[in-house]
Amino acid sequence: MVSKNSMRLEFLGCAQNESFARVVISAFAVQLGPTIEEITDVKTAVSEAVTNAIVHGYEGTQGMVVLSACVEDEHVLSVTIEDAGKGIADVEKAMEPFYTTQPEMERSGMGFSVMQTFMDTLEVTSVPGEGTRVRMTKRFGADA
Amino acid sequence: MLKHRKQGDALVVCLEGELDHHCAQIVRQEMDRLIEEERPQRLIVDMQGVSFMDSSGIGVLIGRYRTLSRCGGRMAVCNMSPHVERIFQLSGLQRIIEKVR
Repeated sequence: MVSKNSMRLEFLGCAQNESFARVVISAFAVQLGPTIEEITDVKTAVSEAVTNAIVHGYEGTQGMVVLSACVEDEHVLSVTIEDAGKGIADVEKAMEPFYTTQPEMERSGMGFSVMQTFMDTLEVTSVPGEGTRVRMTKRFGADA
Repeated sequence: MLKHRKQGDALVVCLEGELDHHCAQIVRQEMDRLIEEERPQRLIVDMQGVSFMDSSGIGVLIGRYRTLSRCGGRMAVCNMSPHVERIFQLSGLQRIIEKVR
């Protein structure tokens, strides 16, 4: 019985680290033998979740973001992005396409829609004043 | 600095690299400066050099589309990779921003 491979990384929630998080998740996901398209899907979803943590969770203040990932089985990757920011009062509302609290900042309101489209599952749990946790999974080779 | 050129009455702006929230801030400023200077009737955004884009890129395109529309200008995009095009379609931008070759 081989134990499941996993990783956990904590980094400062600043915009420069968005690309860092994408590189890390790509490097970790490689062991599942994904296609370039599948890797791009995961990178994009992670980029959205990390951006949300920075832009909305911490709103310009800088807190820590935790990115963790786990190889659930030989085809499935799970990824979790957590922040200890202000949280989301109405998760359902936040997940509506084009809903944004920052239209003046040119946020498109498409973050959760992108995560939903590019991953297979998406769970968002949030406690106002405590933070937000986004867990996503993706099955590789689903089209094969 | 963004590469750009005039093509008839159009201003062609070539985006490069990763268009995420971090880079979007700089790209937005640069594009607005060019639009202000050139006052183009038509803006064509060449996406050929964009290696990655998330929904922050959509925000940049929508924002410039609005700026152009206010001045009676039009906007188009070209050379999107399949990845960029998927996000473009998902956001419904193809309904308001023309795709050209």
